[in-house]
Amino acid sequence: MEKTLKRPVLLAGVLIALIALPTVADTTGYAALTSLATRVLIYGIAAASLNFVLGYGGMVSFGHAAFFGIGGYVVGILYQHYSLGEPLFGFIPGTNQLLITIPVALVVSGLMAALIGALSLRTGGVQFIMITLAFAQMLFFLFVSLKTYGGDDGLIIRRANELPGLNMRDKQTVYYVCLAITVAFFFILWRIVNSRFGNVIVGLRQSEKRMAAIGLPAYRYKLMAFVISGMGCGLAGALMANFLRYASPDMIHWTKSGELMVMVILGGVGTLFGPLLGAAVFIVLESILASWTENWQLGLGLILLFVVLYTQGGVQGLGSRLLGRRA
Amino acid sequence: MTLFLEQMLNGVQFGVMLFLLAAGLTLIFGIMGVINLAHGSIYMIGAYAGTWVAAETGSFWLGIPAALAAAAVTGAAIEFLVVRRLYGRDHLDQVLATFALILIFNQTITILFGRQPLFVSMPDVLGGSVELLPGLVYPVYRIAIIAVGLLVALGLYLLINKTRIGMLVRAGSTNREMVRALGVDIRLLYTLVFGLGALLAGLAGFMAGPILAVQVGMGEQILITTFVVVVIGGVGSIRGAFFASLILGVVDTGLRAYLPGLLRQVMVGPEADALGAGISSMGIYLLMAIVLLIRPKGLFIRNS
Repeated sequence: MEKTLKRPVLLAGVLIALIALPTVADTTGYAALTSLATRVLIYGIAAASLNFVLGYGGMVSFGHAAFFGIGGYVVGILYQHYSLGEPLFGFIPGTNQLLITIPVALVVSGLMAALIGALSLRTGGVQFIMITLAFAQMLFFLFVSLKTYGGDDGLIIRRANELPGLNMRDKQTVYYVCLAITVAFFFILWRIVNSRFGNVIVGLRQSEKRMAAIGLPAYRYKLMAFVISGMGCGLAGALMANFLRYASPDMIHWTKSGELMVMVILGGVGTLFGPLLGAAVFIVLESILASWTENWQLGLGLILLFVVLYTQGGVQGLGSRLLGRRA
Repeated sequence: MTLFLEQMLNGVQFGVMLFLLAAGLTLIFGIMGVINLAHGSIYMIGAYAGTWVAAETGSFWLGIPAALAAAAVTGAAIEFLVVRRLYGRDHLDQVLATFALILIFNQTITILFGRQPLFVSMPDVLGGSVELLPGLVYPVYRIAIIAVGLLVALGLYLLINKTRIGMLVRAGSTNREMVRALGVDIRLLYTLVFGLGALLAGLAGFMAGPILAVQVGMGEQILITTFVVVVIGGVGSIRGAFFASLILGVVDTGLRAYLPGLLRQVMVGPEADALGAGISSMGIYLLMAIVLLIRPKGLFIRNS
């Protein structure tokens, strides 16, 4: 009884804190906090999407940065065609409207996830990890070689996408837009995870044979989960391109896939809000270490190593274990 | 024609370098079931240690034992401190722990040696070129790499197929549990295999020194290609790794050499070059995707 009450209260508390954050940041003089929080929210969406296939479905994808990058490039490419005034492929007009670019990013990343997933899911285990990595690398090199869209240097988006009635040049507005989208995203993800579909996905991780024996088409369920997850990463990528006003091949680099996995494991694999927490820990850690020393990756590596080797369940698990010991 | 032969030789040379890395990686995969992303770091450490010693002492040859020793020590340390705790964990933990090792090693090397790449000059004996065929002049150093690579392949073949250790390795990659049940000290075998893999990676790193720049990040570049080799050849198969290395080496080099030229027939120069370079880089991944779709376990593993 206590447990069922605790969670909504905690969530409401976190939400209120997030809504109040920009005001607090401004009054205390840490205006950079808002930008930091925006990045946390965006990476939280991406990590939670990855967690859906990785944590719930047990499919270790090492190529989710691909969808993140696709989302970013959809925004970037549509903006470029909008600003140059030439339609894409001669018939698709560019746009700078967030209400159009986000759905397009979702559709395109979903289609790519369907394609990559349909091929990759025919394998399993190590081969699955490697083939997802291979597809992401292919996209990485494709965008590096596309000189029309900036190639190696990436694509600069001069102004963030517009949303009717809002001033998207204001960092606080961007933060609130991202917060609203994050809330909606996690609500949908929560519904999916707790649906019959979500249960099947968890069941597939535990035993694919058993699910097949019940008569469920395992492949189709996994593919659907992969597509949903890819769309989530695409959404995050589109937001990131708007926030940074920049899309580059770095978004698809394999280290980005690695970072997303790090966020998932830091926060706790297979939990709904764990990845958001993991993203927060990762980004805060990165900023703190980077402000201390330019060799911040050393610290990050050591912390990550410790988390993987000695904590099961990431920061959440560590926290509850420490608390449990004390009590 | 001579240009074509030269490109093929370059491909073979790249292939044997890949093989030196892939041989260790595929054994570690196959026998211990561990995905070791830090294998590229061992390659980098071998390169740095060897190049640094060669530069300090002025002798290329002293660099070889230094590279081998540094790689073996690093490999043993990684196995003892980290990888040993990862046996039996799921792949996700292995990927992340060894990803952490990459961050640690890259940054440590940056602190020690800075961001400037190191260079080593090759010894005079290997410095020149020879005429292999009329009109086909090829650097001796690259021939030496090919020779070393083929010798290592032969040595590994003998080790795996003719010795008792090799027998255990083969048994281990077929059925780990059974080997353990028969009373073999599997821990010792693991350490040996890991050490051997590290040694070969260090050798590859040092040999790459005079051709490529020795710099932070060199390990990851070749690591991912090596993974492609291992997966195409079939996890745990040295024979598969050998043939897949050569195929990939030749395909990759061939695409890089000829694709921009072909594209220039239909496109403008600079754009063709950029697109050609991009598609050549994609080539090996495309090959891997095709192979996995036809034979999900790799080319040299019999599907049971």
